[in-house]
Amino acid sequence: MHIPDGFLDLKTAATSAGLSLPAFWVALKRLQRTLPRRRVPLLGLAAAFVFAAQMLNFPVAGGTSGHLMGGVLVAILLGPSAALLVLTAVLLVQCLLFADGGVLAFGANLLNMAVVDVLGGYTVFVGLRHLLPNRRGLLVATAFSAWAGIVFASMSCAVQLAAAGVAPWGLVFPAMVNIHILIGVGEGLITTLVVLAIAQAQPDLLPSCKRDTTPSPLRHLIAYGLALTVALVVFVAPFASKAPDGLERVAATLGFAHHTVPSLLPAPMSDYQIPGIGSALVATGVTGFLGTVLVFALAHLLALRLLKPPLPQAGGAPRL
Amino acid sequence: MRTLALDAYSRLDSPLHRTTPGLKLLAALVTVVGLAAVPTTAWWFFLAVATGLAMGTLISAIPPGFLMRRLLLLEPLVLGVAGLALLQPNGLNAMIVLVVRSTLSLMTMLLLTNTTPFAELLRVLRRVGLPELLVTTLHLMVRYLFVLVQESERMRRARRSRTFVTGRRLAWRSSATLLGQLFVRSSERANRIYAAMCARGWQ
Repeated sequence: MHIPDGFLDLKTAATSAGLSLPAFWVALKRLQRTLPRRRVPLLGLAAAFVFAAQMLNFPVAGGTSGHLMGGVLVAILLGPSAALLVLTAVLLVQCLLFADGGVLAFGANLLNMAVVDVLGGYTVFVGLRHLLPNRRGLLVATAFSAWAGIVFASMSCAVQLAAAGVAPWGLVFPAMVNIHILIGVGEGLITTLVVLAIAQAQPDLLPSCKRDTTPSPLRHLIAYGLALTVALVVFVAPFASKAPDGLERVAATLGFAHHTVPSLLPAPMSDYQIPGIGSALVATGVTGFLGTVLVFALAHLLALRLLKPPLPQAGGAPRL
Repeated sequence: MRTLALDAYSRLDSPLHRTTPGLKLLAALVTVVGLAAVPTTAWWFFLAVATGLAMGTLISAIPPGFLMRRLLLLEPLVLGVAGLALLQPNGLNAMIVLVVRSTLSLMTMLLLTNTTPFAELLRVLRRVGLPELLVTTLHLMVRYLFVLVQESERMRRARRSRTFVTGRRLAWRSSATLLGQLFVRSSERANRIYAAMCARGWQ
């Protein structure tokens, strides 16, 4: 998802940087206030860990492989502010030392992979943790939030590419989001397995599981409701942006298209030139909605399956 | 290890290597911003940048083959994103411009990072106001990057030598365990580093 230089125009790059820098600043100020001094080296080591983890390939079908992105994982392990700083360091090194991700596009990459992925994913994680506070809940929340973080980041990336005029909004959004709905499943799976492995090796590195009770059916209901809301809010967005588009279409047929105000994103205007765009957006909305519900159910199944043999208590021998 | 050689050429001795890091960084930034700012028809500008980069490569005494290999390694990503432009009307033209812009920007950054050690770039960034905490994090990260990569290589080798049957499920499970273990070890190492830093009078 690293955007190279040459794709974003100055306006998009500046806007993205303007959005991500305040977030970085807030995280930095919070860390300077709250981070104990003995945790400072851990930030550097966590950044190196993310970098090393991204080099480890996981086999996917047909000879291809994927790797962990790690944003939500670090947020779960170290907290959101530390994760934002760690991911900033990782992106800066990838950009300056390996030329992976552009300098001008740095603000945009920072926004997608440090701010949106970490904060979006972590918000979902915290919400689910409140509703499902037991061990199984930890795994469900981990799997689902890691997936959600990737999908959010891909959306923000699609918005940038569309705003920069690389490809029309109606094409780039479905393309990016549909691919990352699948990639996110891998991210969720790896993140959950890593969290489980850490729970077995060194449980005190993880956020504590306060009560090891089964949550009430009501809480389950609310958790499912939350997932549904996320799905609705996120995937109705393309429809919402279709609405003014529809108005423009009406305006065009009625012959006063010249009076329409240019929209924030230039792309929807070029929709008309390619047939079938509307249906692609609708299809993304539908698959996205179903995908969200399906992934949430899968997260539950995964947690059930992984926890079938109960986790060894602290100090117990790791099972693997 | 292959990755260890990544900035091996940044310590050569050439006029370009001796130029002040701040100046080089500024020049690279101006070039990249310029590439994004000029209109798509400004072929003279693209040509000028390409000539400048070619001359820079010659002066820098870095084997051009090495820079080309690094460029080719990153090019699939560029082509992937640029391919999206094919989907719009007059897409081929738009795609060519994107690829040219992107490739020239990449080459600029490659030339910068291969003629300037990372620590010096960091010193410049710190002088222009990069926060202290981020600078410390970056220094530690770059110092321990290869240590952790090698540690994970070592654990992978150990695992491979003990595993007779492999399947996708087992591979995922054991790779994830490896990553978990790597994090546990990283956090233990961080504690040792903190103790060592304190012992040497850190703040």
